Amino acid sequence: MSIVDSGIYQFAIAPFQEFAFMRRALIGTLALALSSAPLGVLLTLRRMSLFGDALSHAVLPGVAVGFILFGLSLPALSIGGFLAGVIVVGAAGFVSRYTDLKEDASLAATYLVALALGVILISKYGTQIDLLHILFGNVLGVDTGGLLLVAGVSTLSVLTLAGLYRGFLLESFDPSFLAASGSRGSGSVYQQMFLMLVVLNLVASFQTLGTLMAVGLMMLPAVSARLWHDTLPAQLVNSMVQAAAAGYAGLMLSYYASVPSGPTIIVCAGAFYLLSLLIAPRGWLPRTLRRPHLRA
Amino acid sequence: MPWLAAHSDGAAGLCLAVAGRMVGVDRGILLSGAHKNDHAHAHTHGTSPTVAANVAIALENLTVTYQRHPALHHVSGHFEQASLTAVIGPNGAGKSTLLKSILGLIRINSGRVVVAPQRKRIAYLPQQAEIERSFPISVFDCVLLGYWQRMGLFGRVDPAMHQRAYAALTAVGLEGFEQRPVGSLSAGQFQRVLFARILLQDAELILLDEPFNAIDARTTTDLLAIMQSWHAQGRTVITVLHDYDQVRAQFPQALLLARNVVAWGATESVLTTANLQRAKAMAEAQDDHAPVCEVAA
Repeated sequence: MSIVDSGIYQFAIAPFQEFAFMRRALIGTLALALSSAPLGVLLTLRRMSLFGDALSHAVLPGVAVGFILFGLSLPALSIGGFLAGVIVVGAAGFVSRYTDLKEDASLAATYLVALALGVILISKYGTQIDLLHILFGNVLGVDTGGLLLVAGVSTLSVLTLAGLYRGFLLESFDPSFLAASGSRGSGSVYQQMFLMLVVLNLVASFQTLGTLMAVGLMMLPAVSARLWHDTLPAQLVNSMVQAAAAGYAGLMLSYYASVPSGPTIIVCAGAFYLLSLLIAPRGWLPRTLRRPHLRA
Repeated sequence: MPWLAAHSDGAAGLCLAVAGRMVGVDRGILLSGAHKNDHAHAHTHGTSPTVAANVAIALENLTVTYQRHPALHHVSGHFEQASLTAVIGPNGAGKSTLLKSILGLIRINSGRVVVAPQRKRIAYLPQQAEIERSFPISVFDCVLLGYWQRMGLFGRVDPAMHQRAYAALTAVGLEGFEQRPVGSLSAGQFQRVLFARILLQDAELILLDEPFNAIDARTTTDLLAIMQSWHAQGRTVITVLHDYDQVRAQFPQALLLARNVVAWGATESVLTTANLQRAKAMAEAQDDHAPVCEVAA
């Protein structure tokens, strides 16, 4: 009996061999898992877990302008969305640096204005096409261009994260130490670089994989990874593995159960989250098992 | 090479905190000069402010305000190289603000701070609240951050440096704590970790902001001994604290602040009853209707 005839192969690998759209979806999801999940861990450490959601609205005016000028073109929409995200993040950072407002407050104010501008642009120059629908893509519809975009962004962000790792870590853990020891403003440079990476990842995946999946794959594995380990490198690796596993499991489930793949992937990540909540060292079960305490 | 933390806009005038006259480190300049004879030079706007070779930090008519209310008011004086100074004064006297203006972390309203050691050779221990204690980082990695100023993003931390980090942890009495997450430490243990980090920074100038707050007597004694060893090694140490007995026993120099300098010099001449009374008399509340200050900037 050849390996091709075996049940496991037929079940776990054949769908991807048979259908190109499944292959592209898998590759896109895995690339996104590798780059987004570690960014999500850093976001939760900065207590900015809801940042991704805010940003998915903030890019709207950029996408609208891209559409008005160039029509339905993936590069135009991506670049427009990225620029809008960068402007929102930059403006919020500028405000929190030069006024008394904290980061979260200035970000909330800025993204709301951006969202409103986006809605105005769409209704003024709008077409019958729902731009939000364009924005919220579908993982099974990933074409080669979208795949290259996700792969490129993923490569860039993993390399940047590796290169600036010490700076990102220091900026989250002990910003006053970084500010006191570096050249002036280096702290906010790392912060801006980090948020740019988040924008880049989200924008690339909004249009290819859908907004729910982009934000979900970034945050859910990140949140559950924090329940497992005490050190950052372990949390980062754990989040990547959980995101990749959820991506694969979700695609399989959606293939066999004929349900939409994006949400299914997120539900799988949610299942891992539930499991982590129950059995991870920082979860519920170890707390509930009343092991005798140690000698003082 | 010295760097200049801030500069004056030159013109004498009222100490108004209106936007047009705000000068300080944000828009200020980090300038370097060269050693020349016995003097270190820092340059700004064509003038050459000069610090004597034995001066680590010179404050020249320094005023720092929060919303027009001065936290430091026309402070002048200098910290000598290799001196050990206690900065004391009531809450709101501008002690932390002084450290921040030395580091260039805060906008200076008028006056000037000239700091002789390079930025890379300064260690700063802020008040604990500014550090994210729940961050997933081990004690050992936290201590290794002391190499950041020299190693930056890519520098390799070699085995000899690891050895020095172990030695630093032993010196602060935390042998065997290497792999513990910092979140699991008590306040005193965490303060020991931060002292170990400063040991690795090998700084010329060390600024400590209330390092013994909420720390028990034994830990305080151990950390004071480490601070004394820095002093013995010829490093300049400036410590903000509140315990006058500690100041008398441990610090040769003292600076008593109450926004203005009340007294600055040898500890016994600073910590007199009369001086402490004057410092205590500083009004804690800010008067919103205070007239504009007319001391020449």
